Amino acid sequence: MMTRFTIALLASLIALPAFAAGDAEHPQAPPQGWSFDGVFGRYDPQTLQRGYLVYEQVCSSCHGLEYVTYRNLAEPGGPGFTMDQARAIAAEHLVPAGPDQDGNTTDENGLPLTRDGIPADAIPSPYANDLAARAANGGALPPDLSLMTKARLNGPSYIYSLLTGYEPDPHGEEQVGLYYNSYFTNHWIAMAPPLSDGLVEFPDGTEGTVENQAFAVTNFLMWASEPHLEKRKRMGFQVMLFLLILSVLLYMGYRRVWADQH
Amino acid sequence: MSGSETTHPDRRDFLFIASGAFGAVATGAMAIPLIDQMNASRDTLAVAQIRVDVSQIPDGQQVTVEWRGKPVFIRHRSARDIEEAREVDWERLRDPQPDEARINPEHPELLVMVGVCTHLGCVPLADQGDYNGWFCPCHGSHYDTAGRIRKGPAPENLAVPEWVFVDGSDDAVIEIG
Amino acid sequence: MAHESTYQPQAGIEKWMDDRLPVMRLVHDSFVDFPTPKNLNYWYTFGGILTFCLVAQIATGITLAMHYVANDTMAFASVEHIMRDVNFGWLIRYSHAVGASMFFLAVYLHMFRGMYYGSYKAPREVLWILGCIIFLLMMATGFMGYVLPWGQMSFWGATVITSLFGAIPIIGDPIQQWMLGGFAVGNPALNRFFSLHYLLPFVIFGMVVLHVWALHVPGNNNPTGIDAKGPQDTVPFHPYYTVKDAFGLVIFMLIFAGFVFFAPNALGHPDNYIPANNLVTPAHIVPEWYLLPFYAILRSITFDFGIPFTDIIFIKAKFLGVIAMFASIGVLFVLPWLDTSKVRSMRYRPIMRFFFLIIFLPACVGLGWVGAETPAKVLYQQGEFTYYADYFEGEELTTLTYDTAEERDHAVESLVAVGTEVEIRDGTPFQFQMVHLGLILTIVYFAYFIIIMPLVGIIETPRPMPASIAESVLPRSSASAAAAE
Repeated sequence: MMTRFTIALLASLIALPAFAAGDAEHPQAPPQGWSFDGVFGRYDPQTLQRGYLVYEQVCSSCHGLEYVTYRNLAEPGGPGFTMDQARAIAAEHLVPAGPDQDGNTTDENGLPLTRDGIPADAIPSPYANDLAARAANGGALPPDLSLMTKARLNGPSYIYSLLTGYEPDPHGEEQVGLYYNSYFTNHWIAMAPPLSDGLVEFPDGTEGTVENQAFAVTNFLMWASEPHLEKRKRMGFQVMLFLLILSVLLYMGYRRVWADQH
Repeated sequence: MSGSETTHPDRRDFLFIASGAFGAVATGAMAIPLIDQMNASRDTLAVAQIRVDVSQIPDGQQVTVEWRGKPVFIRHRSARDIEEAREVDWERLRDPQPDEARINPEHPELLVMVGVCTHLGCVPLADQGDYNGWFCPCHGSHYDTAGRIRKGPAPENLAVPEWVFVDGSDDAVIEIG
Repeated sequence: MAHESTYQPQAGIEKWMDDRLPVMRLVHDSFVDFPTPKNLNYWYTFGGILTFCLVAQIATGITLAMHYVANDTMAFASVEHIMRDVNFGWLIRYSHAVGASMFFLAVYLHMFRGMYYGSYKAPREVLWILGCIIFLLMMATGFMGYVLPWGQMSFWGATVITSLFGAIPIIGDPIQQWMLGGFAVGNPALNRFFSLHYLLPFVIFGMVVLHVWALHVPGNNNPTGIDAKGPQDTVPFHPYYTVKDAFGLVIFMLIFAGFVFFAPNALGHPDNYIPANNLVTPAHIVPEWYLLPFYAILRSITFDFGIPFTDIIFIKAKFLGVIAMFASIGVLFVLPWLDTSKVRSMRYRPIMRFFFLIIFLPACVGLGWVGAETPAKVLYQQGEFTYYADYFEGEELTTLTYDTAEERDHAVESLVAVGTEVEIRDGTPFQFQMVHLGLILTIVYFAYFIIIMPLVGIIETPRPMPASIAESVLPRSSASAAAAE
């Protein structure tokens, strides 16, 4: 009798994320799907390592990862680098430094002081601030990627589609400093096609196609947004199992208690 | 329902005990995250070990670095400092400890200590006091060149944190903590 | 159903305490031995579930506040710190965010149950009004909590909602500035929202105590709406309803945990993972799902209130929308006096039941849908847009018709170039937009309370009712047993 409004309510809940997304094409997941989807979803450390390589060699020239630290690369449920590898990666990068002993915040060329990174450092943006980033990119701001897969609807599929979705404008139009991408809202994006076949060579022998690069870096960015996903899903399974058993026990208890009343 | 089923009082008891136990476990499990969140977070733990290049400290000088929210003195002791520290009849000190127990024997010049007075937590001043070591201005504790308490109210020597030379750094970099 | 106390202090300490502060007696009489109608169904478990929700929100909220920084430059980063570095921080924060949604889900079901079984009717009016106050406080708390992560939707949600107060004539602007501590949403607003978001749950807790008190004076209503007449109609709260509530709660927790662990962001909006930016508005601002129906009512009022066919306007559309939105909650407060029927439960009110289940509930859900969509979205269109250009060719009026404005303008240009005087006009098709649906549903919402409810109560002939709760229980069991044979 009253179940019908529960159904209606739940239906309205589920229908909620169906927001209009401009006239962009609906993002497509890659053919192999996402290993992190589903109840038992996990990350593949090899893919995450390849993804880090793509980020490092391509994305990091414009985008930072301000909420991801080098030590995260060695934490469980992630790319599975060793702590020494993470330390070495950190040391290869310069991060903003505090004032030196004389109180200077800039070097003799007037540039902000930097030092070698340590594992505790966040992966910095290549730009000093947003305005510098805009100035270097024709007015467009390359966003930080730490949360990108959660900041877009169907995040992972959207990013994968965007990275593989560059094509000539079907009407033959061209715009200065903008590139046609059927998955981007209103189709014209300021980011030049970042990937090309063979741009990144994977040491593990995976072919360096655009699709493989996009797939790897999307996995990496998903991990960057949701580093505790594996732990969350594992714990979730245990919690659900526990609650199911408890609910059976309580239902049996309920039937017992009420037996004399029915 | 009813009728065909026979009543087992045991089962009712079992059900209640089992449900109660599960409920208690559930409550406990829900409390764990709420309590554990107050423990040091991962970013705090990530800087619980720090690495310092000690190869550039001039003879007879010290640097102060911050470690776990406290100052750590890293002193490159002069030959005279070491000599003074070893001349003492350490067994008669308030907190008896030979100089060798407070340093790495292969690098006796390097003294690493938490720069917090063991009396009431002030930061002692270097190169002061009656023993050419450290002097705490708060209540007048004097430490020698090995950081041992020699005079004043402090009960213990300045603490020596765990530290090691980092592998492959050619004894230039130490890791504290 | 106030009843004689049956508490028997056992040990010496219990006796000692009972003479000084009889708190054990209160608990015993309220939650152990309290006589409760024996026919309560699962819709009655939401009281217990809501208590759990409140306690869970307070517990997770206090722990989050140990790490959260209420400062516009640090709030977003502090939430990420919780999500990444604080031990179990992701679990606590997801539980708190999903918990808000689950809290509202439960409170809506609790309210609909109360409406269906007439639990607001005498002598439970104060109980109902206290519930409405709790609901109002929950909405304020939920709204301010959503601002705290300081994402794009936080910022712009706060901007939109606070600008509602700016719609109040004359005093609107000063009130808005007073609320924000400035001219726009910023650090002062964030700080005070955090302060109030921390305070209000404890006010809610106090209201819940009163709510439970007000419940325990007349006792529970029940699906028949008939008062319990004696011990044959009731069972002690414990163990009969403690075990039933516990079972209901665990089922609810299964759904809760399903969201927390497997779809923690499904009920939120992706834009809130973009840090707040006061220079860029998201394409589509929506509040959290539980506020959508009220947001829809607010946006559906697009006309001024005045004397028709004159320029005299009493209330501008924006303010009228605000009034309508608050009235949609306010009308709940007077519900006990709008219902004229002598019968409580809709189980015996076929007409009212039809209006409730077939008209009112779908209208509420529909308003939620309207609230989530763009107001101008076209649901139905008759005809096409046409673009005309009229000009005189000599004495004869010529009309050109085009499908797009560009084509027409192009043609007009060439006509004007040769010196022709051209007049243009557009043909607009009939469009039924989301905002129109919203207006209809808003009218349905109010009509249900203000017209249908008082009227039906008078004209409706109720179905025959059982003489007592006990009687209502027995025939059903034997009937179902008969059906099973």
